[in-house]
Amino acid sequence: MKILVPVKRVVDYNVKVRVKKDETDVELDNVKMSMNPFDEIAVEEALRLKEKGVASEIIAVSIGLPEVQETIRNALAMGADSGIFVNCTSKLEPLSVAKILTSICNKIKPDLVIMGKQAIDDDMNATGQMLSAMLNWGQATFASKLEIQDKKIKVGREIDGGIENIEVNLPAIVTTDLRLNEPRYASLPNIMKAKRKPIDEMKAEDLNIDIEPRLEILKVEEPKSREAGIMVKSVDEMIEKLKNEAKVI
Amino acid sequence: MKTLVVVDHNNNKLDKSTLNTIKAAIQLENVDLLVLSDSCKDICNELINIKNINNIFINENDEFKNQLAEDSANFIAENFKDYTNILFSNTSNGKNIAPRLAGLLDTMIIPDVIEIVDKQTFKRPIYAGNAIATCKSKNKINIITIRATAFEEAEIGDENVGKIQEIGSLTTKNLTKYLNSELTKSERPELTSADIVVSGGRGLGSAENFQILEKLADKLGAAMGASRAAVDAGYVPNDWQVGQTGKIVAPNLYIAVGISGAIQHLAGMKDSKVIIGINKDEEAPIFSISDYGLAEDLFKAVPEMESKLN
Repeated sequence: MKILVPVKRVVDYNVKVRVKKDETDVELDNVKMSMNPFDEIAVEEALRLKEKGVASEIIAVSIGLPEVQETIRNALAMGADSGIFVNCTSKLEPLSVAKILTSICNKIKPDLVIMGKQAIDDDMNATGQMLSAMLNWGQATFASKLEIQDKKIKVGREIDGGIENIEVNLPAIVTTDLRLNEPRYASLPNIMKAKRKPIDEMKAEDLNIDIEPRLEILKVEEPKSREAGIMVKSVDEMIEKLKNEAKVI
Repeated sequence: MKTLVVVDHNNNKLDKSTLNTIKAAIQLENVDLLVLSDSCKDICNELINIKNINNIFINENDEFKNQLAEDSANFIAENFKDYTNILFSNTSNGKNIAPRLAGLLDTMIIPDVIEIVDKQTFKRPIYAGNAIATCKSKNKINIITIRATAFEEAEIGDENVGKIQEIGSLTTKNLTKYLNSELTKSERPELTSADIVVSGGRGLGSAENFQILEKLADKLGAAMGASRAAVDAGYVPNDWQVGQTGKIVAPNLYIAVGISGAIQHLAGMKDSKVIIGINKDEEAPIFSISDYGLAEDLFKAVPEMESKLN
């Protein structure tokens, strides 16, 4: 069984993101970049399936500027077998990414695609669902548990109010939620080994896909800030304020 | 220009977020609703008096009972591709179905919208709410999910406004099969629509210690919430999680206990009307957005508060 894991290079989740002065974007110069945390969970889950003997091959794919190859190397250092780098200089939306991934899936024919439920930069939560629509595959979004049985995959999904268990025919798309697993750190020997693993390169323009953005970003601004209130000295004062000043209890 | 709102529900009851989504849709003109369920009647009864809507389209089919994204998205794509806007609530159903529909219709989804600037321009949070992007759409069809807490609820009148009409037929592709659900049973109000939310963080230290918060919540008739740190530590179930990766809430009163106030968490609750923070660390960032802060040991303050409320 072959698993494809798309990985995205994003601003590290520990970085306090700031809006640029000209309000065109957030500040990305000299900011630490990392693999999208939900994608790390996806890589980890693929590795666990391989360790269980269910999967035989894991391919990590990333799309963008040459820097995204670092993110592919991270996935290889965690244990993925090979990578695909799609060189693309234009700005990408989930719709375009899903189209490029569709073309890759048609070429390499994975049995399963595991990917993050959303990227922590644009918070779109869209690529996985769009990809499954384009491939006409089943989808299991927000996975917190998964198990492969024969030609099917059983997935526990995080939904409002609890967990929903579904069964999806393979090939399928799974998007990962936080509690699926805790990703491993790449060990030093594995980081060294990853340098020798193959990364295939292709150009987005050679795929003949319309990747023109459909959303034009007019402005990126700071959210409205909330003023700090007062510190109270005791529980009694707190209750008094809530009752008589805020009138919320 | 025609706008469709896909109604979110559990086959018996309307999900309240739908009312906010309809309110948002009314800004876009000519609003029709769509109910896909194995039993549409009760849901339609809740919708029929909503002001400023036109048609309520229904399709009653056992296959819709579990709202599988594959079936719902195919059905909507086949029957509503002449619409200008298709709106969903940004709930787990909306987040599952809407992007798949967008993929089928070759359109870029506009998720988690918090403001409609004009008919093609929308505001949405990015980077866990650290920035707000204004996007102008070049889509032919806008598929939008609405953040419920950012919009009022649609008004309900006395007259039957919506005209109920059956539409379409489903051919299921059987890509996915529903097995079962493990829903958290709770007597408490639903987290995203509760008037008061009591939320705990890693400061609680264990699953058992959350009981002191639950006592306070029950005294106040509040819903329980938690920070991602508390969920990750395994103290409470994930569906309690408030924050960018969990639920977005905006109650009248939000009580944050033992929560430091990571930006991720603040993104999920900063629109609450009144926020109080209880944390023994007086430097905790939660105090910078709290209306009332109390720098005290929660294990002392929370039971005291609970005993003094009546």
